[in-house]
Amino acid sequence: MSYYLALKEVWRNKGRFLLIASVVALITTLVLFIAALAEGLASANREYIEKLNGELLVFQDGTQLSTTASRIGRQRIAELRRVEGVEAVGQVGFTTVKVVPPDGGADINVAFIGVEPGMPGEPPVIAGQQIERERGNNVIVDEGLVARLGTKVGDTIRLKVTQGTQEEFYDLNVVGITDRRQYFFQPAVFAPLITWDKIRPDSSNAPNAELVSNIAVVKLRDPASQAAMAKKIEQEVKDVEVADRRTTWEALPGYAAQQSTLTTQQFFTFFIGVLVVGGFFQIQTLQKVAQIGMLKAIGLSNWTVSWTAIIQIVTVNAIGVAIGAIGTLALTSNFPVTVPIMLTGTTAFASVLALLAIGPLGGIVSVFVLLRIEPLRALGMA
Amino acid sequence: MIALEAINVTKIYGTGANAVTAVNDVSLSIRRGEFVGLVGPSGSGKTTMLAMLAGLLKPTHGQIIIADKDIGRMSEGKRTKFRGQYIGFAFQANNLVPYLNAQENVELLLRLNGKLNRQSRQRARELLERLGLGDRLKNRPGQLSGGQQQRVAIARALIHEPEVVLADEPTASLDTERAHQVVQTFAELIHEQNRAGIMVTHDLRMCKYTDRVIQMMDGRISRVITDRREILRLAGAADELDGHAAAVNGVPVLAGDPLVAVKGI
Repeated sequence: MSYYLALKEVWRNKGRFLLIASVVALITTLVLFIAALAEGLASANREYIEKLNGELLVFQDGTQLSTTASRIGRQRIAELRRVEGVEAVGQVGFTTVKVVPPDGGADINVAFIGVEPGMPGEPPVIAGQQIERERGNNVIVDEGLVARLGTKVGDTIRLKVTQGTQEEFYDLNVVGITDRRQYFFQPAVFAPLITWDKIRPDSSNAPNAELVSNIAVVKLRDPASQAAMAKKIEQEVKDVEVADRRTTWEALPGYAAQQSTLTTQQFFTFFIGVLVVGGFFQIQTLQKVAQIGMLKAIGLSNWTVSWTAIIQIVTVNAIGVAIGAIGTLALTSNFPVTVPIMLTGTTAFASVLALLAIGPLGGIVSVFVLLRIEPLRALGMA
Repeated sequence: MIALEAINVTKIYGTGANAVTAVNDVSLSIRRGEFVGLVGPSGSGKTTMLAMLAGLLKPTHGQIIIADKDIGRMSEGKRTKFRGQYIGFAFQANNLVPYLNAQENVELLLRLNGKLNRQSRQRARELLERLGLGDRLKNRPGQLSGGQQQRVAIARALIHEPEVVLADEPTASLDTERAHQVVQTFAELIHEQNRAGIMVTHDLRMCKYTDRVIQMMDGRISRVITDRREILRLAGAADELDGHAAAVNGVPVLAGDPLVAVKGI
């Protein structure tokens, strides 16, 4: 009975219900878009760190997990390798350089990341081969750069680096391509640490200086012992602070502030959705007081009447969410790669679930009003 | 055979100094196949009485027996279910579900009682045809006139074969011609289908279609008219005075009353 009445009313008043479904669709689009933006921005910020093949990251003590402020030299690396339970340690250095596009377009900022071949920190390739040699001009690029430049294995890319006031150019051979590993909103180029050290801006380039990177990536024998190993490393190796991957990316400059801003926006959009849907069904319920009273008088129970309203709210809301979600998926899949929009399955699923809750939440007040309608009063017999 | 019986029914609203007795120790019974008009001035207690007979209101004292069950003692949920099975309603307004067509509105009670099938659907169609709505089956209430809507409501009140059919001012929003058509058909169907029918009305002209007129005054039954000639005379006097004026302060004018004085109102 409830399904019959609920769906008949929706079907026979398509215009009215389509209107509210459209509002829900727009709210869905906005919520999913903000979610995709949050995910895209977060990803662009943390992709490399998130996908690292090591459990712990080691920073110079007192740098508050800042990859740019931290300095880790070879001596610390040797000490780290001696800690019991550490399987491998890789030095990783970060800097920003420009890639000159072969077609003469505007230079592209890239994260230029120095890694030790075969050590934690070097990304696995999905095409071509690993760097292998500790010196030389072989590099791996991520799919972010491939999407922008169309780079292929075997191509040469030209880096532009400002050393002091001089611009210098370096031609590097692309030997492998890895999946998207952006760092700090930039596509990534991975070079052997020694090559990186020579190319990076402000390098001392002193022939006998200790090879210094920003951080060390530690791969543990037992990945489950992260917390204990972090403490152990901090105890056994002087002047370092150790963090897991999540702690590291959450400490990235602006990351937490950005994410909380977007989460707040999402929450308020969701809240507006609850109010809009709730308001619509509340007005509709108030308009139907006499009709509901009549239905109760002729024998429909409170349960039937309430269930009818809930089915209606959930159906209309679900239609709106479906329209919005499909529209947003179509929209986000057509954005250029440079726009930080990423709608992952998990994000979309969580957001859609939350949006589906808008209907029942918004409809709670209407259901209470329905329950309180007295047939006698509604029919003017009281 | 008695279909409905009210025994010493009293309804008191409020408590203490604010207590108002709307219906005071009223007893009545209605047989199957009998159509009764319940009349009286505003505040006489007729609507409260109808609400109690319909199971929409619990009496303060007394019993209301329909199908051998005292509906005054039932819980709210049971009374609601009981109404759907044993009572048919035609209200003054807001009678129909606006998004269902005429046939669907009539079938609503069949659906509610799990009795909707090919045969009952056919019966609903035939009932609507009988009420002159054969070409309006697929029309929604908004596409029907007031009279047509009331006829659909009457069909809905009867389709599930209830023990008792109740109508509250069913002609209030109709013109004279349509009011007569609606009540005449209502009465015919009650008689044909052997139901017990009660109609609360202000329009005394409509009493000519009833078998008995019960007049209420100050919460009590003040007069019962069973004589056919008396009923027709009452309705006739009302007719002359355009329906609602054939009463002095809401009290119907009956045999022996000074009609001349009434006409002078």
